[in-house]
Amino acid sequence: MAAMIRVVLPHHLRTLARVGSEVQLELNGEVTQRTILDALETKYPVLRGTMRDHVTHDRRPLVRFFVCGEDLSHQPPDAKLPDAIATAAEPVFIMGAIAGG
Amino acid sequence: MSKVRLLVGTRKGAFVLTSDEKRKDWKVDGPHFAGWEIYHMKGSPVDQDRLYASQTSAWFGQIIQRSDDGGKTWDTPGGGPTTSPQGMPMGESNKFVYDGVPGTHQWYDGTQHPWEFKRVWHLEPSLDDRDHVYAGVEDAALFESKDGGKSWQELSGLRKHDTGPKWQPGAGGMCLHTILLDPKDRQRIFIAISAAGAFRTDDGGKTWKPINRGLHSQYMPDPIAEVGHCVHRIAMHPSRPNTLFMQKHWDVMRSDDAGDSWREVSGNLPSDFGFPIDIHAHEPETIYVVPIKSDSEHFPPDGKLRVYRSRKGGNEWEELTKGLPQRDCYVNVLRDAMTVDSLDSCGVYFGTTGGQVYGSSDAGDTWKPIVRDLPAVLSVEAQTLP
Repeated sequence: MAAMIRVVLPHHLRTLARVGSEVQLELNGEVTQRTILDALETKYPVLRGTMRDHVTHDRRPLVRFFVCGEDLSHQPPDAKLPDAIATAAEPVFIMGAIAGG
Repeated sequence: MSKVRLLVGTRKGAFVLTSDEKRKDWKVDGPHFAGWEIYHMKGSPVDQDRLYASQTSAWFGQIIQRSDDGGKTWDTPGGGPTTSPQGMPMGESNKFVYDGVPGTHQWYDGTQHPWEFKRVWHLEPSLDDRDHVYAGVEDAALFESKDGGKSWQELSGLRKHDTGPKWQPGAGGMCLHTILLDPKDRQRIFIAISAAGAFRTDDGGKTWKPINRGLHSQYMPDPIAEVGHCVHRIAMHPSRPNTLFMQKHWDVMRSDDAGDSWREVSGNLPSDFGFPIDIHAHEPETIYVVPIKSDSEHFPPDGKLRVYRSRKGGNEWEELTKGLPQRDCYVNVLRDAMTVDSLDSCGVYFGTTGGQVYGSSDAGDTWKPIVRDLPAVLSVEAQTLP
């Protein structure tokens, strides 16, 4: 059964993808960081390379993933995310690290 | 009536400044891409409403933007939902991937360091085709797109040159910042890298030759090193592509044999350190530089912002100060932040790290600020429109 996922993008990626503060993604199968990013990049190709490397798919160093109040940026990208994400009770927050000016 | 359009890239967005041929009153449009660093914007000589922009961020990487209406609206050329045969979106316009194994170059501590793409410093549209554009990137390499920026391929003969492992980053990174296309020989391209030096191809980018003979860089162990020179900028007048002018880290240089040899023409400059260099649109021997105090103090000598002009191709320089601040001025002018228009009375323009863009409609005799309070200016390009 497909899950509807909520994702909150940082300001600069919202303007780049021309979307509002929250986007919704339909996901089949496991809900993980990787499947969410795959779905996000499929729907908004301009975001490819902005959150993770084009080739290696490594997270960009100053991009962070927050889920249910936890920073999951260093978790394995294939780790299953909490049910609250799959049920859309909570959104996934993608943020630019607070650094620089 | 002709118009002039200035494309200004800054630390926090892009601005488009327009004026009629009098160049007295300017309209400021922007910021476009607010909050992003815009390293460079440039228009196609074939279609002046076709613009390319390099939008970049330490957080979110490299984006290529394109406009087909002179900068009123922009789009990411490969950002649409195009699907590849494998079923995944293409989105290739932001993808700069080195050809083959990237290899290593020299790091600050003398060790070898892997080539890593960071950003596009300079975009140079082709002289013949609005969809053909070159990109100079950090870590140093040359890419080209033949589909209007939708996808990019490396001209890897440059990076794979035998001297590649000896190239090293300057303080601003190991950037390919200058791309000059020879209007008389489409196979010939000049590029410059900080800090590797200048290179030339005579076969459209397949093979490259270092062209640094005559450059002398203080403290380099080898006084006649083939590479390792911190070239800041090169300029070429389209009517005389074999004559090149260079602002090096220190020294203003000149070549009359397409870079095969260089000689110093710093002459009476108060400092021969600086970043930009440019040439009058109609006088190939009239050149402009902005002297900066030193590599440790990136501001004008004595707090006086002065452009220096030589009408003799170097050596003899006159200071141009009318309309420029002559006290308490401690801004810098970066390498891509000076340009000229091609109206009969040549306009000269430059932007500063203090956010001012100054313009002269009389070849540098007098100046006035076009805009004073932009973010730090990274690049300025002029378009002369019919």
